[in-house]
Parts: sequence; C-alpha cells; structure tokens
Amino acid sequence: MPVSNAGAVKAWRRRDRRTDLLVWLAWLVGTAVVVASWRVISGNTMWPFVWDAPTQAWDLLSRMVPPRWTYIDQLWRPLWDTINIATLGTLLGVVIATPLGFLAARNTTPSMLVVRPLALYCIVASRSINSLIWALLLVSILGPGILAGILAIGFRSIGFVGKLLYEAIEEIDPSQVEAITSTGASRAQVLAYGIVPQVLPAFAGISVYRWDINIRESTVLGLVGAGGIGLQLQSSINILAWPQVTMIFILIFVTVLASEWVSARVRGAIV
Amino acid sequence: MSVASPAGRRWSPPPLVANPLLRWGLALGAAIYLAAALGTIEVRWARVLEGIPRGLAFVASFLTPDFLSRWRDIWEGILESITMAITSTALGILISVPIGLGAARNIAPVPIYLACRGVIALSRTFQEVIIAILFVKMFGFGPLAGMITLAFATIGFLAKLLAEDIEEIDRSQVEAIRSTGASWSQLINYAVQPQVMPRLIGLSVYRLDINFRESAVVGIVGAGGIGATLNTAFDRYEFDTAAAVLLLIIGIVMATEYASGIIRRKVQ
Repeated sequence: MPVSNAGAVKAWRRRDRRTDLLVWLAWLVGTAVVVASWRVISGNTMWPFVWDAPTQAWDLLSRMVPPRWTYIDQLWRPLWDTINIATLGTLLGVVIATPLGFLAARNTTPSMLVVRPLALYCIVASRSINSLIWALLLVSILGPGILAGILAIGFRSIGFVGKLLYEAIEEIDPSQVEAITSTGASRAQVLAYGIVPQVLPAFAGISVYRWDINIRESTVLGLVGAGGIGLQLQSSINILAWPQVTMIFILIFVTVLASEWVSARVRGAIV
Repeated sequence: MSVASPAGRRWSPPPLVANPLLRWGLALGAAIYLAAALGTIEVRWARVLEGIPRGLAFVASFLTPDFLSRWRDIWEGILESITMAITSTALGILISVPIGLGAARNIAPVPIYLACRGVIALSRTFQEVIIAILFVKMFGFGPLAGMITLAFATIGFLAKLLAEDIEEIDRSQVEAIRSTGASWSQLINYAVQPQVMPRLIGLSVYRLDINFRESAVVGIVGAGGIGATLNTAFDRYEFDTAAAVLLLIIGIVMATEYASGIIRRKVQ
C-alpha cells in the first residue's frame, strides 16, 4: 500500500508515484489521440448540415409516425427470406468452420507449421470482413439475390464459429483423450469419443449464438442487393416512404428480439 | 451413460438431447424447415455461371492488389475509418459508463434501471447500418454521422457488459466502504470502480477493434470511412483496388487484434 510521509503524518495514497505518473501519461496520450482524430472528423464534416440536425430529426420523426401498418402484408415473404438467409448461412458457416476449427486447434492440428497458420489465417480473414462487405463482393460476382446473402453470412460465420470452436477444443480435458488413446483407439476414434463429446455443448451454443447475430446482420444485406427485408427497406427509403420504413423497423425489432429469446433459451438448455 | 449393456448390444454415446420424442421432433422439424427454405430460394444459375469468371478474376486480383492508382482515396478512407473508430469509442465510453451504472440492478433504482436497459436494448437490436441511415439523414453525409452511429452502437455493447460486471461485484467491499460513511460518488469511485476497471479497459479496447471493423461498412450508406471507397471500387468492377482495400482492412484488424490482446492480458 503506497504511503507518503507529509511531515510527521503518514498519508495514504491510492497509487505510488510511478503508477500515478504512468496513469497520467496514459490519459495525456489518449486525450491527444482522440482530439487529433476529432480534428480529422470535424474537418471532413459539412457543419451547416449538422446545425439543422434537430429540424431534420423532427422532420424525419413527423414523417415516420404513424407507421403504415397495412404494409406488413408485403413484408412476410422478405422476412421469410431474411430468416432463411440467416439460418442457411449459419449452417454453411458451421459446416466449413468445424473442420477448420479442428485444424486450427493446437491439440488436434495435423501440422503446427503449415496447416495451423493457414487455418488461422482463413479464420482471421473471414472475421475481419463484415458480412455486408462479403455481400457487396458476392453480389458483384453472383448477381443480386438470396444466394449471395446466404454465402455472405456463411463466409462471415466461418471466422466466428471457427475461432470459438478451436478455443473450446484447446481447453478440453486431456485426461479423457488419454483414456481413449490408451484403449488402442485410432485417431478418428479418439476424435469421435474423446474430443467431440467434450466440445459438442460448446459447439451447439456457439452455433445458436451466431444464428442470433446472423438474423440481425441479414436484415441489412438487402441494402446491397443480397435479398431479404433489406431490399424493402432500400426501396422504401429510395421513394422516401418513411411510414413504411417505420413498419420495417418495428418488424426487425420484433424479429431480432424473438431470435435473441430463442437463442438464450436454447443456450440455457444446453449449458 | 454407464448402463450395463446386455450382451450383443453395442454401447453408443449418449445423445445431445436426452428426450427421444423431443430429439426426433427437432430432427423432423429441421428437415421440414430445410426442405421449405431450400425450396423457396430462387437461384438464377445462368447469372451464377456468368459470374464465375468474374469471381476468379477477383481471386486472382488478390495476388496483384492495386494500391497505387487510387491511393489518395484509399488513404483518406483508411484515415477516416481509424479516426472514426477512435472518436466513436471515446464518445461511446463517455456515454456508456453512466448508462452502465444505471443499468446495474444492485446500485440503481428501478425507474432508472428500466430506462437504461431500454436504451441498451434499442441500441443492440438494430444493425449499425440501419442506425447509420437515420443519422446520415439527420447529420448529412460524412464521417460525423458514422461516428455518432458507432458511438450509439458502442453503448449497447459496453453499457450492457459493464452493467453485468457491476452486478457481479463483491458486495463486502461495497459494505466496507459504506461503513466508513462514504457518499454515493465515493462509493462508486472506491468500491465499484476498482473492481470493474480492468474489465472496462479490456472491453473498451475490444470495442475499438469492432468499431474499426464496423467503420468499413457504415460508409456504404454514406457515413464516411473506407466503406465508401470499397463500395465505389466494387461498383466500377475495379477488383484490384477492392482487393487492396480488403487486404489493408485485414492487416489493420489483425494488428489491432494482436495489440488489444496484449493490452487485455496486461490489465486483467
């Protein structure tokens, strides 16, 4: 406990002098970086447009309320597509991520030098590119449609599921693997009876969690043409039909909340 | 699991779902859903076939990324993305801390708790891009709208995890500080804050990482950053420039992830 002597009286201080200085320095550098960044942002901003933001916000609100409730009749099909994009995309991601996870985990990889770095690179590359960017890319290759959306969600999910899966594999209890190995089991049998049962609950939890994130992500894929309810959102915004936009927002809100609830229930049941 | 199997019967591992009715019901439901979902996908195979050479061209352009011919646009986009990520994280932390305190059931009264949880739910439900559309309409095109969007999205993440962390703190330390006659602000400062600070720093660094990644997409709807450059490159089918941008994003994300890993290990 750092204590300083102020004359004859000992005074308690929270940190010693060196830590105090370091903390102060960290604050200084952090503030300087934030201020410098802010200058770049404010330099690239058209301030007259910002000053009338309250007017714009009020204008937007008055146009958005009340929502056009009848528009929901045209939204069921896009909603179904959105859910399909999320579900099938998650399925695709999980199917590719599973072998990748085993190749990337330190204790199951066939080769630390070649295969593991390669698998890790695939995982990082998939994770760094947002599903909307994947969609942008796939729409320009495959043309607009649900297929591009499913592939985009799938490719983005590979990194997420793969990373969490290989971490789960690395954390398994080695004694169970040893026990199976000592019975003379082959590599495949060790995998099936020693490792898979240990990671199965984590695996199911990760997949359901990713599905719930994917529902949220797939609501916007339509903005770049990859199908789902985002298409309706885009066309409603393009014709400035704000009451329809509100209706779409309400539907998205309810869908995401429902998927979050389902995912939490399933994860609660598994773990 | 350890049921002695009668002779001649093979042992099989226990299934994931114990109840056989539920298990087969789930399997049947999944099969029906899959058939229905796959049945409603319309794929125009002609268009897909047409796209395959373009896809191969894109993959090939990853080997010959073109950083130079649009370097000014790329540089401006990257700079805007990085500054957007930094300012939005700073602003997000400033707003998240009070909301996080308000959303912790053990230190906030019920009305404040409900209000703060409501803000968190709202921020978590909508994808960043949707929020960006609204803010671009309000604040005009440019990085300011993107910054506010990301700051808003940060609240849902940071305030929620901070609140959960505060709810799990050690009560005895709070009682010890309270017994000295400390005021509310002293209580927060000396009993709560030291317990959650390491995790708050870790989460903030992690969020900075996420905000950079997200700053690449809000540009698609006009909120500044590298996303606008990327969108233009795809629209013009300039795959080599797009590949350069993607490689830069991957590189920066890998670097920040590595750095944030080190910082998080240090503080925790």
